[in-house]
Amino acid sequence: MTDRRSGAQVAEKPKTAFWNDRDVRAVLFQILIVLGVLAAGWYLVHNTLTNLESRKIATGFSFMEREAGFSIGESLVPYSAADTYARAIWAGIINTLVISVIGIFLATILGTVVGIARLSTNWLVARIASIYVEVLRNTPLLLQLFFWYALVSEALPGVREAIRIIPDYVFLSQKGLRIPHIVANDIHGWMFALFLGGFAATLFWRRAAAKHQEATGKLRPLFWPTVGFLFGPAALVWLFAGAPLELIKPVLRGFDFQGGGTFSPEMIALLVGLVTYTSTFIAENVRAGILSVSKGQWEAARALGLPNNRSLRLIILPQALRVIIPPMTSQYLNLTKNSSLAVAIGYPDLVSILNTTINQTGQGIEGVALIMAAYLTVSLSISGFMNWYNKRIALVER
Amino acid sequence: MTPQRQARREQLAAAPINIEVSHVHKWYGEFHVLRDVNLAVSKGERIVICGPSGSGKSTLIRCINRLEEHQKGNIIVDGTELTNDVKNIEVIRREVGMVFQSFNLFPHLTVLENCTLAPIWVKKLPKKEAEAIAMKYLERVRIPDQALKYPGQLSGGQQQRVAIARSLCMSPKIMLFDEPTSALDPEMVKEVLDVMISLAEDGMTMLCVTHEMGFAKSVADRVIFMDRGEIIEQNVPDEFFNNPQSERTKLFLSQILNH
Ligand SMILES: Nc1ncnc2c1ncn2[C@@H]1O[C@H](COP(=O)(O)OP(=O)(O)OP(=O)(O)O)[C@@H](O)[C@H]1O
Ligand SMILES: [Mg+2]
Repeated sequence: MTDRRSGAQVAEKPKTAFWNDRDVRAVLFQILIVLGVLAAGWYLVHNTLTNLESRKIATGFSFMEREAGFSIGESLVPYSAADTYARAIWAGIINTLVISVIGIFLATILGTVVGIARLSTNWLVARIASIYVEVLRNTPLLLQLFFWYALVSEALPGVREAIRIIPDYVFLSQKGLRIPHIVANDIHGWMFALFLGGFAATLFWRRAAAKHQEATGKLRPLFWPTVGFLFGPAALVWLFAGAPLELIKPVLRGFDFQGGGTFSPEMIALLVGLVTYTSTFIAENVRAGILSVSKGQWEAARALGLPNNRSLRLIILPQALRVIIPPMTSQYLNLTKNSSLAVAIGYPDLVSILNTTINQTGQGIEGVALIMAAYLTVSLSISGFMNWYNKRIALVER
Repeated sequence: MTPQRQARREQLAAAPINIEVSHVHKWYGEFHVLRDVNLAVSKGERIVICGPSGSGKSTLIRCINRLEEHQKGNIIVDGTELTNDVKNIEVIRREVGMVFQSFNLFPHLTVLENCTLAPIWVKKLPKKEAEAIAMKYLERVRIPDQALKYPGQLSGGQQQRVAIARSLCMSPKIMLFDEPTSALDPEMVKEVLDVMISLAEDGMTMLCVTHEMGFAKSVADRVIFMDRGEIIEQNVPDEFFNNPQSERTKLFLSQILNH
């Protein structure tokens, strides 16, 4: 007969009691575990349904179509209190995504700069960077968010004394950062199309340059052509159209500015808090990644006559990235999940809006399920992308 | 002295000077690593440097391709003086190949890519041409069949041979070796030494830090003994091993040969 695990031909098994047989036990335990999980699940669902019924609470997602009746501090999608819960939740999801995307982008840049600064041979730079990391990393994020919120809403001047960052156009005050709006113009569509075209042209140019190098060994310039392709055509069209630019300036009327767009104090505090906090962890990842590449790699590259910038691009970074990417994924996930602390300072993110929804409708289970589903979707997308990227650059070892 | 030795000596005496190190000093902070080192290497000459640990052997040969900076004295390599001029340093590094004790292959690139990297990015050769050169040298070190593997998939001896091939791909005029066999298992030492011997036979100028005394005896034109940052003694191998002059050399040789 054949052994089930090794596939080897073995002689007839000696007789043992069947409950002592390895293979029988494995199957038996799996059956028991599945039964246990099913029983626990059924118990919970059944109990919940019975309880809800006895309290006359409807279940299901029909509440989503009802009028929400509460207003949202800031929203990128048009929303008013007369809109449905579904729309309110959608506004919350967008707000969470905005914070996460901008936060991840800024935290990556800041963290990389700080991480490299910590390795600097300049004593002062390295010192400042390490104090920054140690202080921010070792205090609770919630506390930091309160701090930034207090700083923005208390320490900044009132609306009338707003700081004129760009006089007449950009103002910073207790009510947040006020920026001008650009009036839509037909030319914008054209400019955007040309930008996309420029993007395609850049890819084409880079591929052609790589082919050219492969064939002749000669390097073609990359940086300026990239800048030219991306922005050149759009800028030219804009100039030929007479450089149309119409701005709606924020103007002080009564207690607040009118016109233009705002970054609210809540959003600023949340972004600053999340970005600085997460950047410290990213800084440590970057530092560890660069340190993980041995000095010998630099030396071998130099000994071959490679200039420093090429050694960094071709030898050091590809190896450092492999160490940096996996923990970077969890920092991105942390930032996204930590954005739910927004509820503490009143930024209307997904959690904060679903909180209100749950309070008003009593649909706690559905609300929490929605929160979990939304975060799970975002988190799985992030880690899916990062895993894909990580696999692409994975190191082949013996 | 055998007639071949005599002929070799005359040939070297007539050859131009390839490396000239004069009155070189180097400090690490307070620590005086190189003390007034003087050394002239003719084109095609094979030099073995030995000495106790910490005597400054690595530091000396790393100064020759400017992986380390000297603070006093002059080093002239192939007619170019090593200064802070970045262009000079790049020129010299193109002329001087180096093989390290710890191989230092690039682990994220295949063997072939390790070999073509510098020809492509430094010499600006077309990829096909660089690959042809790389395969030529991989054949020379007898591992063309490993070209598409990654360094992590090779044995130590194979890795060191790739490292040698990688240097050769830049067609250097001078090769520096820093204890190329001391990180290897005994049975792999020979395959690396064989490659080095065949290089020597081709007339490459070689500076080699090693304690492989058999290699020194059969290949070196001159053996140099360093201790505490100074060149204590230098001589042709026969004289050096059979008739050492200084006490420190004798002590060192007795320790190494009784091993
Ligand atoms: N970066 C450095 N900073 C300070 N001291 C150093 C540095 N590199 C080397 N040294 C010191 O300089 C001395 C000479 O080092 P070197 O590596 O040249 O010795 P070596 O002769 O090659 O020895 P080994 O046989 O162990 O390789 C040693 O005492 C070492 O501790
Ligand atoms: Mg050494």
